[in-house]
Amino acid sequence: MDDIILCVEGYAKQFYLHSRQRLIPSAAQVDLTVRAGQLTALIGPTGAGKSSVLKGIYRTYLPSAGRLIYTDAHGHKLDLALAGEHRILELRQREIGFVTQFLHCLPRQPALDVVAEPLVIRGATREAARKQAADLLERLAVPQRLWGVPPATFSGGEKQRINLARGLIARPRLLLLDEPTASLDSATTEHVITLIEEMKQDGIGMIAIFHHPALVERLADAVVALSPPVIAGALIETIA
Amino acid sequence: MSRKILEVNSLTKIHGTGCPLCLASTGPEADTNICPYCGSVVAAHGVSFDLYQGEILGIIGESGSGKSTVVKTLYFDDAPSAGEAVFFDEDAQYDLYSLNAAQQRSLRNKRFGMVYQNPHLGLNFNVSAGGNIAERLLMSDVANYGAIRERARNLLVRTEVLENRMDENPKKFSGGMQQRVQIAKALATRPPLLYLDEVTTGLDLSVQAAILDLILEIQHELGTAMIVVTHDLGVVRLLAGRTLVMKYGRVIETGLTDQILEDPQHAYTQRLVASAL
Repeated sequence: MDDIILCVEGYAKQFYLHSRQRLIPSAAQVDLTVRAGQLTALIGPTGAGKSSVLKGIYRTYLPSAGRLIYTDAHGHKLDLALAGEHRILELRQREIGFVTQFLHCLPRQPALDVVAEPLVIRGATREAARKQAADLLERLAVPQRLWGVPPATFSGGEKQRINLARGLIARPRLLLLDEPTASLDSATTEHVITLIEEMKQDGIGMIAIFHHPALVERLADAVVALSPPVIAGALIETIA
Repeated sequence: MSRKILEVNSLTKIHGTGCPLCLASTGPEADTNICPYCGSVVAAHGVSFDLYQGEILGIIGESGSGKSTVVKTLYFDDAPSAGEAVFFDEDAQYDLYSLNAAQQRSLRNKRFGMVYQNPHLGLNFNVSAGGNIAERLLMSDVANYGAIRERARNLLVRTEVLENRMDENPKKFSGGMQQRVQIAKALATRPPLLYLDEVTTGLDLSVQAAILDLILEIQHELGTAMIVVTHDLGVVRLLAGRTLVMKYGRVIETGLTDQILEDPQHAYTQRLVASAL
């Protein structure tokens, strides 16, 4: 169908640790599809490779196997596993967003600018970007007294909302969400849910890992269950 | 898509007479950059990469890895033994090592900027902070005294050097302040390409953060492409979209910076990342 943004077939990831001469499997045989305006949830126990899938799509990890066919804004298809680094950087700037559980930002930058930055990079004026950032922070119930402060000293939940706002502000076509509500209270979680629903209406496709099964039920249009990768026979010998 | 600004192909720098066995007997596998047969130092060999407009490329590695050699040859501080580099300017392209000395000097003064770890290399300690910037402007096209002074003042304010210290000799400045003056000087001619060689090494953490902040702001505002040489993984994480990893003069790995840090492929990079975290 036309509205497929991403089609992953047979994704696998394993790490080779030179110091131990050992292969560490991280994900295997993952198939999934993401459509515009829909949310695909990844479920499975710890160690099933949920984050590994998101990192493979974002190319933080180099996929070991599989095809990750992405359809860009112009309708061109490309395999994210094989795309050049400049192409990936360009997609990250314009089309593919990733909200992780960690916030890496400049030490001195106030929260409002941290959130506004993706828009500034895309060419928005600082004023316009700050205004949108303020709207988002307000909707995520981040107290206004924190906006001018660098997020380094924030609590886990506050940092997470900054990270989320930063991921949402750029309105990517494909958004990867790794436990976006893990350290939020239920009231704030509701704000996030509303935002995710709005993004779906705007046609943004999402892949998400949720801490709570209830969120999967409420938000997911498709669910992909992962199980920990089976260690192949040859591998068991090396490890044993 | 943005334009390519620099293309480096098989850059090599050997200090010494060199011999036919130099290249085969040095590098990461040989665990040295000194040729055991002739004693020459293979500072860099076969270094190739592209740089796009406005992009920040990181080069990481330990001392002796050749990372500084790469920017020194690109800035004409040092002549390479082999290899080529093409600089794509607005309306022309230059094969860097085919240019004569005057042409090289002109690019260095107008189109490239360099910030050294050691401020003594980048600054003239016989003249004031403002004078340092004026020197660079005089070497390019600006000749009007008032214009030069105004530009110097703006640059120093931009890099957060107190305006009233403009006429002081940078010898008296703190390390962080000297780096700011160096950055202001490098930016004086609004170069599209800037080389930064260990610019935050040896500075206090808070000063480091402020300098990194300044570098990113400059990239946003001016769209300057940069090559950032550092041994500090935290610096490339914050600044660079892509990173090259060097050891004993060779590039052993290249990739998106987050991939280099989270999914390093080469044994050496894995050790480097593991020991930093």
